[in-house]
Amino acid sequence: MPASPTGQSDRALGVSVRTAREALDAWVREVVDWHFNPASACPFWLDYAKRAGWDPRSEIASFADLKRFGRFEDDWLRGGPVQRWIPKGLAGKPAFVFETGGTTGIPKTRVALEDFRIDYELFSATLADEYFPRGSNWLMLGPSGPRRLRLSVEHLAQYRGGICFCVDLDPRWVIKLIKKGWTEHLQAYKDHVIDQAVTILQAGHDVRCLFATPKLLEALAIRLESMGTTIRKAGITGIFSGGTEFTPQWNRFAHEELLDGAYMTPTYGNTLMGLAASAPSGPHNNYKITYYAPQPRAVIEVVDFDDPDKLVDYGQTGRVRLTTLTKEFFMPGFVERDEGEREPPCDLYPWDGISGVRPYRGVAATTTVGVY
Amino acid sequence: MRTDRLHLPVLRWGEPYTSLDVDPVVHFLTGEPIASVSRANGGLIARDMRQAQRARDVLRRIPMDELVARAARAGELYMNATLPMGDLTETPDEFVRAQSASTGLPERMCRANMKKNAFVLAEMRGILTALTRGLAFDVLSRGHGEERGVPVSFQVQSPVVGLVLPSNSPGVHTLWLPIISLQIGLVLKPGPQEPWTPYRMAEAFFQAGIPRAAISVYPGEGDVGAAVLENCGRNLIFGGTATVDRYRGSPKVQAHGPGFSKILLGDDQVDRWEQFLDVMVDSVFSNSGRSCINCSGIWASRHTREIAAALARRLAAVRPLPPDHPDASLAAFTVPGAADAISQAIDADLQAPGATDVTAQYRDGPRIVRQGRADYLLPTVVHCASPDAAIAKKEYMFPFVTVVECPEATMVDAIGPTLVCTAMTCQPELRQRLLDAVQIDRLNLGPVPTTQLNWFQPHEGNLIDFLFRARAFQSAEL
Repeated sequence: MPASPTGQSDRALGVSVRTAREALDAWVREVVDWHFNPASACPFWLDYAKRAGWDPRSEIASFADLKRFGRFEDDWLRGGPVQRWIPKGLAGKPAFVFETGGTTGIPKTRVALEDFRIDYELFSATLADEYFPRGSNWLMLGPSGPRRLRLSVEHLAQYRGGICFCVDLDPRWVIKLIKKGWTEHLQAYKDHVIDQAVTILQAGHDVRCLFATPKLLEALAIRLESMGTTIRKAGITGIFSGGTEFTPQWNRFAHEELLDGAYMTPTYGNTLMGLAASAPSGPHNNYKITYYAPQPRAVIEVVDFDDPDKLVDYGQTGRVRLTTLTKEFFMPGFVERDEGEREPPCDLYPWDGISGVRPYRGVAATTTVGVY
Repeated sequence: MRTDRLHLPVLRWGEPYTSLDVDPVVHFLTGEPIASVSRANGGLIARDMRQAQRARDVLRRIPMDELVARAARAGELYMNATLPMGDLTETPDEFVRAQSASTGLPERMCRANMKKNAFVLAEMRGILTALTRGLAFDVLSRGHGEERGVPVSFQVQSPVVGLVLPSNSPGVHTLWLPIISLQIGLVLKPGPQEPWTPYRMAEAFFQAGIPRAAISVYPGEGDVGAAVLENCGRNLIFGGTATVDRYRGSPKVQAHGPGFSKILLGDDQVDRWEQFLDVMVDSVFSNSGRSCINCSGIWASRHTREIAAALARRLAAVRPLPPDHPDASLAAFTVPGAADAISQAIDADLQAPGATDVTAQYRDGPRIVRQGRADYLLPTVVHCASPDAAIAKKEYMFPFVTVVECPEATMVDAIGPTLVCTAMTCQPELRQRLLDAVQIDRLNLGPVPTTQLNWFQPHEGNLIDFLFRARAFQSAEL
């Protein structure tokens, strides 16, 4: 294993990595037991085990054993009834359904009860109070509608003692506008969203923290600049943002030209996995962004393009494979539509990370990036 | 010049900016890196365009007469000088080699396109006089004046023009070269395989005394092109049919796409078609068939099979030659899979009744030739028994032409959009119909190759009409 990039001795880091791996393996056993125990499991996985002809509870002892499940097919998440995903052990609790994709066709859905709150409470621990002051209000400048992100950011704000202001934003309409080539409508819609954000920021709500997609953050900063002010002067001290457009160059551009000293932390995530935080980035590392999944609840692996069971070497490029391991949702080996470089563990996150995340080259040409 | 370590930065109003994202430019045959290019991002352009008015302001401090003189000087420098290229310098020969190496265009064609660009810069006064129909330059500069005793006013519609440029033929740069002399700034997004002309031309302008603050160059991907279009009040974009359709009707975008240029033989001339064979071959084959002004359709009511066979015989001997060979006439396809896709599309169209690949019987092997990492498509002549064949209205970026049998009476209506139409006819009625046909842009009556341009005439719309609005203006003593 390579030396720690943040200075911890190799030996100490090695111990941390082993400990984290043992914790992950233990958590895998607990989660698999839950999802395949008829007393607690959801109909989908019980049915899966019946058809598979093997008992995951007796045969899965570690994270590495999860490859026995093969590839998690995203079509399994399309269509109803969504109740097939609710574990019997959690039956009766208020359930949410969140969608991902869906510009055309049936979107993928994930049923959630508490996961989105837990994920964002864990993420909250990575936010510095200096930039994201407790008790301060938030602006959620991202997609609304059937999206996990909107409720998650609102919960993050509430969890930290603030109130979250939101805008109306339909990302499916944005993607349709792009595909139709209706550039004037696209610009008008973007202006409409930024109008809402500026109105909130000017209304005396003392908003200090912001979630924004890179494109909307850029548009907001440029609008504020044209008004003779800046993100920072508008009161924002801390921003979290994310998406595959969050390249080192964009990170640098934002820090040098958009933020006026406001702090920004990149994140990588989706409805199915949760939220991966990033190791610190800036001029010291050429604004390189490395994400680490919230293990053991979720695991990011960088795998061979042709063999998703084979990890690529550190520094090498591969496709993103996600595994979600919560009591609400079990998703082993989902091959995501992104690629990146495998990064070694670090002091803060003693497990593998990923940098350079971007749309997988095999689908990039057909993927329309809207506001994400 | 050691091109293996050449880096081309973003130019933000003339100031170099090295991006953390870089794209390689590679040799089309060997795959060896020729240069690395900084990749801009959309927000950077949006932010810079807040200073767009400054580009016009610095140019307006220089009289148009002087800008025209500096354009001529820039043309000389572009043709003959060693100029900065990124963090190195570049001679004219090095420029030609680099352009050929990344675009697949033979070096002699790169030189020919250089001459076109230099000619436009040298003849700027005459070209602007022609495009403005003799308007005094200071009317455009000041915004109002008097012409032939009538008050006139022309209002510029954008302080800068955005240009989303192609990689296929460096000759298209002639279209934007007059813009600086009109005291309007340039926002250039180079084609991914052809960054060379925008950079060399920008440096030639700078060395000739054009303020750096008047020109930006933003290499990048599709998002960069979209950002240019979004943030500039007037734009020229080069692309395929889909691009043209997408921006049709947009007042801020002039889209340049396939030309579907044609040669028409009237019934009064078609019996002596052999006398026009040289014009037909030149129109199809010059510049390796890469231009929108190359002929992609020859229409006549009879003798079409003989015409197709004669063209095929003339073009059958063409073979790929090394790019520095003095006789090289065929350009390579440098994007993997592009030649295969085109060849397969042609073969699919040939399944339709009445469409025949006439060249197939005159060449030994297949249409596609592979050399190293590059693919070549050999000249292809297809005979169409009627205009109904889908292939009759196709255009590809290599020497490709359909010879279409069509009655003269329906020909003008049937040809569809045509950038350049060369018509062989002396019949007054047909000539008038051609003059009136709104689907024809440039019209040549008589044996003029479609590729022979008169630079003193407008191309796909008058640039002056696109950039300036004629309006009323009155003033009274105060």
